[in-house]
Amino acid sequence: MNLTLKIWRQKGPQEKGQMVEYKVTDISEHMSFLEMMDVLNESLVAKNEVPIAFDHDCREGICGMCSLHINGEAHGPDRGITTCQLHMRTFKDGDTIYIEPWRAKAFPVIKDLIVDRTAFERIQQAGGYISVNTSGNTQDANAIPISKRNADLSMDAAACIGCGACVASCKNSSAMLFVSAKVSQFALLPQGKIEAADRVRNMVKQMDEEGFGNCTNTGACEVECPKGISLENIARMNREYLKASII
Amino acid sequence: MSGFLSSSIARKVAMALSALFLIFFLIIHLAVNITSLFSEDLFNELSHFMGTNSLVQFALQPVLIFGVVFHFVMGFVLELKNRKARNIKYTKFNGAASASWMSRNMAISGGVILIFIVIHFIDFWIPEINHKYVEFLPEDPTRYFGELQHKFMSPVKVGIYVVAFVLLALHLLHGFQSAFQSIGFNNKYTKCVKNLGVIYSIVIPLGFIIIALYHHFNH
Amino acid sequence: MTTLNSRVPEGPIKDKWTIYKDKINLVNPANKRNIDIIVVGTGLAGGSAAATLAELGYNVKAFAYQDSPRRAHSIAAQGGINAAKNYMGDGDSNYRLFYDTVKGGDYRSREANVHRLAEVSGAIIDQCVAQGVPFARDYGGLLDNRSFGGVLVSRTFYAKGQTGQQLLLGCYSAMNRQIARGKIEMFNRHEMLDVVKVDGKARGIIARDLVTGEIERHSAHAVVIATGGYGNVYFLSTNAMGSNATAAWKVHKKGAFFANPCFTQIHPTCIPRSGDYQSKLTLMSESLRNDGRIWVPAKIEDAKAIQQGKLKPTEIAEEDRDYYLERRYPAFGNLVPRDVASRAAKERCDAGFGVNATGEAVYLDFAAAIQRYGSEKAKIQGLHNPSKEEITKLGEAVIEAKYGNLFQMYEKIVDENPYKTPMMIYPATHYTMGGVWVDYNLMTTVPGLYCIGEANFSDHGANRLGASALMQGLADGYFVLPYTIGDYLADDIRTGKISTDSPEFDAAEKEIKDKLEFFINNKGTHSVDYYHKKLGNVMWNKVGMARNAKGLTEAIEEIREIREDFWKNVKVPGSLNELNPELEKAGRVADFLELGELFAKDALHREESCGGHFREEHVTEDGEAKRDDANFAYVAAWEYTGKPSEAILHKEQLEFKDIELKTRSYK
Repeated sequence: MNLTLKIWRQKGPQEKGQMVEYKVTDISEHMSFLEMMDVLNESLVAKNEVPIAFDHDCREGICGMCSLHINGEAHGPDRGITTCQLHMRTFKDGDTIYIEPWRAKAFPVIKDLIVDRTAFERIQQAGGYISVNTSGNTQDANAIPISKRNADLSMDAAACIGCGACVASCKNSSAMLFVSAKVSQFALLPQGKIEAADRVRNMVKQMDEEGFGNCTNTGACEVECPKGISLENIARMNREYLKASII
Repeated sequence: MSGFLSSSIARKVAMALSALFLIFFLIIHLAVNITSLFSEDLFNELSHFMGTNSLVQFALQPVLIFGVVFHFVMGFVLELKNRKARNIKYTKFNGAASASWMSRNMAISGGVILIFIVIHFIDFWIPEINHKYVEFLPEDPTRYFGELQHKFMSPVKVGIYVVAFVLLALHLLHGFQSAFQSIGFNNKYTKCVKNLGVIYSIVIPLGFIIIALYHHFNH
Repeated sequence: MTTLNSRVPEGPIKDKWTIYKDKINLVNPANKRNIDIIVVGTGLAGGSAAATLAELGYNVKAFAYQDSPRRAHSIAAQGGINAAKNYMGDGDSNYRLFYDTVKGGDYRSREANVHRLAEVSGAIIDQCVAQGVPFARDYGGLLDNRSFGGVLVSRTFYAKGQTGQQLLLGCYSAMNRQIARGKIEMFNRHEMLDVVKVDGKARGIIARDLVTGEIERHSAHAVVIATGGYGNVYFLSTNAMGSNATAAWKVHKKGAFFANPCFTQIHPTCIPRSGDYQSKLTLMSESLRNDGRIWVPAKIEDAKAIQQGKLKPTEIAEEDRDYYLERRYPAFGNLVPRDVASRAAKERCDAGFGVNATGEAVYLDFAAAIQRYGSEKAKIQGLHNPSKEEITKLGEAVIEAKYGNLFQMYEKIVDENPYKTPMMIYPATHYTMGGVWVDYNLMTTVPGLYCIGEANFSDHGANRLGASALMQGLADGYFVLPYTIGDYLADDIRTGKISTDSPEFDAAEKEIKDKLEFFINNKGTHSVDYYHKKLGNVMWNKVGMARNAKGLTEAIEEIREIREDFWKNVKVPGSLNELNPELEKAGRVADFLELGELFAKDALHREESCGGHFREEHVTEDGEAKRDDANFAYVAAWEYTGKPSEAILHKEQLEFKDIELKTRSYK
């Protein structure tokens, strides 16, 4: 199939960017979206142009590196997948596809479609861990039974790949889904309870300082999340935060 | 906004609590107004009580005003802050793909409701205050029903009234369950709360609309 | 040819590690503050090492080419992590895990290292649980285990199909705690381009900031390489796009020996290639082979019709199907080890029985399992005379509960419903057992230079068992390196800060800069990917699943030609001082072009079939791999001399005192 692509080009963090139009031809419907981008880039290199920079790595939907806003939606129009798992059969011959970077003040563009997501790392450094040293002498793994329900809920929250689609798709650029997934994973486990109050306070404080917007419960994040992280986590974080602030 | 309200979650919770208070207030308001459909006397009696009881007038009324003002001010402050969190807009943003119109446009529905409340203040509250506390006119416990009918004579006014309440319904369709989510209520009863929210969001505004239309056509 | 000293401590195998730990030198906490360690790569091995070393008090500088350590490719491991906890009470023990790993590795790993790995395996699980890794649990709240290929016990701990992700996030959280304390300085989007040796010891690295393009010097008292495997030498593999061998290859060129490069694991259950544009291959968990039956058409005309799209698999009658694994290996059937399953698939496809347009795919069929589970379920639910539709529906529900996410992933990629039509699978490069040679201390042949995780060669011999890669990465990083590196650093407490202002740093930086400038200024004709694909083609066809002397000799020649062409005609757009993915790729492919040649050379020299290395000349009468313990029970460690083809072979003779060498049989 033949497609028209409108892609955000920006040389560097300080430069001004704009949408640039490209044409690609003979795209197979079995290609992944990023393979289509590879084809475009190969043709740009052949023409001695600078190829389009975009983040990607594992190309199997788990590393969370890929990050395109495609036709107005994070990771494109399909659900429950990342951009690298999106396939061209989702599109029709002759379509025009808009490809933009994640847009948020807290995610500044580095180049073209690549954004800086280290705000997420700083939030995790503010408390996204359990303080335990590697000694080899921690108690036996089966010493504390954990209910299957809580273990499973914790796993569901921990499935977050930190891609930033929640921020990108939220009209407020809020990072609540990401932060709440990290808070929930630990809050649901007995090991994580000891530091729970400090953790949620510090992580929310860092989140606010990074310049993310506030949550208005539109639920867009949950719909666009490639890993199906539930809004329930945001409610849990709100509860944890209230508990930590009041008590 | 400093201290507790400097945190995003605290603001969210404050919005939710003021919303829940206003949701509760709307039930009382509708309960009083609805009596006008079947009993002129009961309506007059309740209105007189509300208008003259000092607990209502000097304790609850200021709380209500504070609640309304807080909800609006905080709402618009947050809207502005949230807009600033995305300094460069998308060329193409398909918000409808992942979130309802209601949830994405709370500021618009809220703005229309604000305009209505201003009109409501000018039309009802200021004359009332003037009547009672400025000119100290003699109190007539039976005047309320007549005033009510009089207010709904104008088709323009009734039109604005209906539009405002439709917008209120839209605001509530998202706002009701959103308030519960914000205070951390998300458990096996969430589905129940959502359904209750839908019923509430339709029934309460519809009630007000019926009252307006009833009095417009029956006087 | 010299013999290498592996520095394995004396004593009985069970006590070696304990005795060793009791006798090594320690660095006192006050002195640790004055010692810097560089960790390159932040997957499970590098991440756990960085976190633990920082906890101990060393100043750690950690480097990742991704924007965060949590994106390292360890995250893609699906199945699980082995540990000899014996929670199931099925007779597991450290010795059994040790034995299974040595046997699974086809007797080409170092006994002492593997035993140590088994010893610390239990502590890994304890540590991860304490960190908040949400392993799967049963209804009693205790940890659940499942079984994996090639072993007779259930010892695999898992977190849904995302065990690697959860372990990496656990390890990253431990890193985060140290980053917050300032004990780890994290360099994201940085790539190590060379190691710097001062007075014969590793004292720092040259790295490029991938965002600004700046070339940076970093010094330390020791350097740890944890940059994973070199599977991307094949261009197509299950590795991440960025996975590369640059760090490992650069240290090799600076004096670290490179061991057993020909031991590469080809995983049997990957989604087949669909066209030339293909950028990577996706793994489907090995667990699918528990219920899926692998087959190809028995008649060549059926296979041709399928390849042309004229026939559907469901239209082929049962008697016209060739369940070749069940036919050849009646005892293990579809559950033979990875190397055996991969070769059998290739054999059928080479004979013309492949089942997709490219002729490189076999079926993995769940129809029988669906019927079997459906009938069982119907019995449980008390259905009398259930219809075929009812049974299918019940069976599909069972399969969905077990493999739902994998089936969904398959459908997204291939656009076929695997519940209704058999899956297509084909082998793909997955893991590299070979790597930088290390001694018992995990130190390379360069003093102060360590190598851990997939990047080193030590624990898996010629073939890795499922769920053992995660175990090795974390064992090295959490529990082995922090001890062994201390023994070395104890001599460095008076050294003081290492200056980056030295002739050695100058020279290393200049060499890097010259090379990068060459790439940018070379007005060539072909893109980097053009060369990478060409190399991959040669590797796959001649140094792939089955190798012979003729092909390997040709491969060595062809790789050299590609490399020479690359250095003349490669084209790299953009500039030096910016984020330039093409420039990054150019450096990595340049290293693969050398590594590939050594790979083929190693494969040519190893005149035996063993584990992932299969030489067509060395087979038994019925076509199975034939090992040669008399002549090849050694580790081949290669020393760089200027050209990969002229590398010098050093041997580390493998001694099996505790395990008897046997021929693997799965018949």
